[in-house]
Amino acid sequence: MTGTSALRFSGLGKRYGRRTWALRDCSLDLPQGNVIGLVGANGAGKTTLLQLAIGLLKPTEGTVSMFGRPLRMDSPAGLAEVGFVAQDHPLYRGFSVADMLRYGNSMNPRFDRPGAERRLRELGIPTEHRADRLSGGQQAQVALTLALAKQPRLLVLDEPVASLDPLARREFMKTLVEAVAEADLTVLLSSHVVTELERVCDHVVLLHQGRVRLTGDIDDLIAGHRMLTGPRTDDTAGVAGLIAATHGTRHSHLLVRQPVGMPAHPRWEANPVGLEDLVLAYLARPDTEPPQAASPPPPEPAGPGRRLSIVTDPSAAERQA
Amino acid sequence: MFAFRLDSRSGVPTYLQLVEQVRRGLLLGYLVDGEQLPTVREVAAALVVNPNTVAKAYREMERAGLAAPRAGQGTFVIGRADQVPHAVHLKLAAQLRAWVRAAQAAGLAPEQVRALVTTVLDDGQAPTRADAA
Repeated sequence: MTGTSALRFSGLGKRYGRRTWALRDCSLDLPQGNVIGLVGANGAGKTTLLQLAIGLLKPTEGTVSMFGRPLRMDSPAGLAEVGFVAQDHPLYRGFSVADMLRYGNSMNPRFDRPGAERRLRELGIPTEHRADRLSGGQQAQVALTLALAKQPRLLVLDEPVASLDPLARREFMKTLVEAVAEADLTVLLSSHVVTELERVCDHVVLLHQGRVRLTGDIDDLIAGHRMLTGPRTDDTAGVAGLIAATHGTRHSHLLVRQPVGMPAHPRWEANPVGLEDLVLAYLARPDTEPPQAASPPPPEPAGPGRRLSIVTDPSAAERQA
Repeated sequence: MFAFRLDSRSGVPTYLQLVEQVRRGLLLGYLVDGEQLPTVREVAAALVVNPNTVAKAYREMERAGLAAPRAGQGTFVIGRADQVPHAVHLKLAAQLRAWVRAAQAAGLAPEQVRALVTTVLDDGQAPTRADAA
């Protein structure tokens, strides 16, 4: 489950045209066997990052390696390791589901056709129907089933549930978690809705305007942050790990990144913070220290134990109360 | 089979919520010694959560001595020797509900009920006085 990384990006960047950077300075180490959620607003660079990750786009700068090897999409072995479901899960409209299974079977060496047929039967999707006769939820399930039938080591899903109703979303995610439970599979999926990722993902990458704002194990991130509530404090410069501050007339709420178990000052009441609040707080942060954020990241990861890293590190001023 | 649930707004990590439910289930008699927990895959599919998260919760339960794996069979809960039988729990819960209704009828606010319970629990003489009343 752990060990080598599934994907490693080093200084990855993609420029469209002469000056529009869709993605910049992206250095990430995504652990194998995890379900990784890529979060960000529309236009944050999610699709660009996903397509760079699997070789559908060529980076302007930086490198990608997949399972410890430099990414090569021109070799069939590399392609067989990746399953990809593009946005709106496109299918061949005129093909029946059975046609697509036959096609997939002849194009992929490790295609699990019996498994795919069993899954579709369990979902109640008739294989004789043409793709354009299926509901949106059924089309999504067919696209996911085809991608899983390849038996990939890495499954990449671009906004897989954005167009689905809540019930179809749940059914889709259920198929996904069952697949993860059954096989040694790393999943990278994007969404602009945090709440639907919180349960399914164990790792999160937050993109904002083409840059990585936050990344880490979700449990570590939640355990490493808390909301301190206490008497109004306008001078927050000395608060260690301050991410966001909101003030009432007589009291303040400070969202801080502090180690687990660090004792709070008695006048502060500490409460846990959910992933959604955390993400919103990081998105709302102004780029206060551009020189630091733009500095090149270390070429190698800092160590096996360091899974939590905050990219926009707050100036570590000494805590002075 | 034990049914897990999740409160996605609580801010408590999913794996800790699962551990806490087993701990609570044992305390309240919903779970008994030797009972089998659902498999990781079953929990993941039922709650639509990441299987790694469920596996993490099961590891944490083992570490806390709440459950133990049996090779090839699954994970089983470990009850304490002094665990109170479920029937006793049900009976006590019914009596407590009747008492709380009486307290509410007498005009006690929930905060006052809690304070009273805490006081009685803290009071070493509580059982004899309750019997005498």
